[in-house]
Amino acid sequence: MAPRTLFEKVWESHVVHEEPGRPSLMWVDRHLVHEVTSPQAFGGLRISGRRVRRPDLTFATVDHNVPTTDRSVPVQDPISRKQIEALEQNCRDFGITLFDLHSPQQGIVHIIGPELGITLPGLTIVCGDSHTSTHGAFGALALGIGTSEVEHVLVTQCLWISKPESFEIRVDGVPPSGVTAKDLILSIIGHIGAAGGTGSIIEYRGDAISSLTMEERMTICNMSIEGGARAGLIAPDETTFRYIRGRKYSPRDKPLEEAEQYWRELRSDQGASFDRSVQLHADKMKPQVTWGTTPAMVTDVTGSVPNPEDFADPNMRKAATRALEYMALEPGTAIQSIKLDRVFIGSCTNSRLMDLVAASKVVKGRKVAPGVRAMVVPGSQMIKHQAEAQGLDRVFIEAGFEWRESGCSMCLGMNPDILAPRERCASTSNRNFEGRQGREGRTHLVSPIMAAAAAIAGHFVDVRDWDLAG
Amino acid sequence: MQTLKHHAGIVVPLDRVNVDTDQIIPKQFLKLIERTGFGQYLFYDWRFHQDGNPKIDFILNDPQYKEGKILLTRANFGSGSSREHAVWALLDYGFRVLIAPSYADIFYNNCFKNGVLPITLDEAVVSQLFDEVAKHDGYSLDIDLGEETIRKPTGEVLRFEIDPFRKKCLLEGLDDISLTLHHEQKIRSHELKLHPFQKIDVAR
Repeated sequence: MAPRTLFEKVWESHVVHEEPGRPSLMWVDRHLVHEVTSPQAFGGLRISGRRVRRPDLTFATVDHNVPTTDRSVPVQDPISRKQIEALEQNCRDFGITLFDLHSPQQGIVHIIGPELGITLPGLTIVCGDSHTSTHGAFGALALGIGTSEVEHVLVTQCLWISKPESFEIRVDGVPPSGVTAKDLILSIIGHIGAAGGTGSIIEYRGDAISSLTMEERMTICNMSIEGGARAGLIAPDETTFRYIRGRKYSPRDKPLEEAEQYWRELRSDQGASFDRSVQLHADKMKPQVTWGTTPAMVTDVTGSVPNPEDFADPNMRKAATRALEYMALEPGTAIQSIKLDRVFIGSCTNSRLMDLVAASKVVKGRKVAPGVRAMVVPGSQMIKHQAEAQGLDRVFIEAGFEWRESGCSMCLGMNPDILAPRERCASTSNRNFEGRQGREGRTHLVSPIMAAAAAIAGHFVDVRDWDLAG
Repeated sequence: MQTLKHHAGIVVPLDRVNVDTDQIIPKQFLKLIERTGFGQYLFYDWRFHQDGNPKIDFILNDPQYKEGKILLTRANFGSGSSREHAVWALLDYGFRVLIAPSYADIFYNNCFKNGVLPITLDEAVVSQLFDEVAKHDGYSLDIDLGEETIRKPTGEVLRFEIDPFRKKCLLEGLDDISLTLHHEQKIRSHELKLHPFQKIDVAR
């Protein structure tokens, strides 16, 4: 057989029907559902009198609009409450497992899928959410879909997909201390651009990728969509298998052994060809800070805000001018002189235990700068409890951070956690779009340790200069 | 789904690259559980001040584009969030045809599920259209999907390309789910051959 890429292997094992010149009908192994993009899909089912084909492969949680304050208090916003109740009703009526607001397994959908062993290598996973790409860290083909497609998957457990192109991004070398997975992916996006991956599935390869933990790999794959890609993939290996073992829904015993045997084959063969390839080196990477209103508008922490006049493309020049106006930044401003009002550590990009541990080492024994409001929102209840068992909540609270309940929170500001107009925020989330964290709010994307250090200093600092031994 | 064969009307120029779905329909409107009524919120934060008054310098508030039916824009339109509400808002407002050099993948898919035609043209052709719209009040285009043509007010005809299957679905208003259910036998046989790890024990 001709050498195949990881993507081709997963793709071919899921084709239900194909004919030339048409999208392929693909089997879906796991369907994750949340409260915001599903009500209209369930509404469609009710109108047509259809049922959910495989409720056993469908899992739901509430994450986008849930408050991160005391869970014993009813949800105050009546429209959010209605949306949460609609999901509860839909899951009851259609027999779907729901991790509700009071479940010890509630959390951001892309955090709990892996955490519960729902996410496994070689699966196809879909969710009405663009950051479904996160699950690609396991070697699963994981795609964000729209609500019409959510309805389609509920009814058929299949999805029509035009076969994407394959895009190899190889990162070799060892990132210097203080340069995290977040900096790697921001560097990659800065390199390929916000639409660099359009129409393709990225496979991340190379030493700098295979040496990452699962949590770090999830950070990388999570932001594939910010580079425009349909999905991101990383080949499963021993690191992956170690993560999977013993989780709630993971296979056990003999089925696990057989699965692992199969999963070991899930890597791009020697000589497999990609439609495109890019190569980067981690050795020279620095901590990254975005300065504009797309994640591709990013630079080194040692750098400065660029001058729009320096962009060759007239459309990009215009976009950069507009971005600087929105962000209230002058060309040439040193990144480290940018002062902050808020710091947000959370989101499906960076709210896992490892992120919180790393950030806690930066803030331990220090205090949040006067005038800065900082918060930590763990990605799930399980993470929150693990963090509390290690005393991380005390470290953050003593430093002056707020310690919250789990959810998407200020990544997209659908709940009460938003920026006030013109507030400037260092955020570990994935999008710095205009108004993303609150109307007229200004977002700079950074890693958890960069955000933590910025909270202490009150402005961006080069975290590599800090003692992180903690 | 409503069919789309012809679509003609005034072209609204939105001269920005990378317009993300957060701009097309901001988050505060995603809490609705219906599929209709989103047009009033289209480009909300660009279109209205905090107090709800229209921002006069935003293109949709320019009286000459009041009856706009075709949105002309720049590369990577619809990037970011998968929210289909973005397409519902464009459709509800009256934009059934979009013209741009490129679109983000999920947004592009969502368009076809709702009878919206996103036309892709070369960057230079799009720039030319921006120039013509700027020069002529009430600049309109006439789109014929069957012929894959765009007729300019001068009578000049531009050609565009579209995937034949997607075209057929728009022309006939085909519903994906019914199409898929024709393949029930194949779905069933695939389902019976799943590897054990693809299954899940929900009772755990």
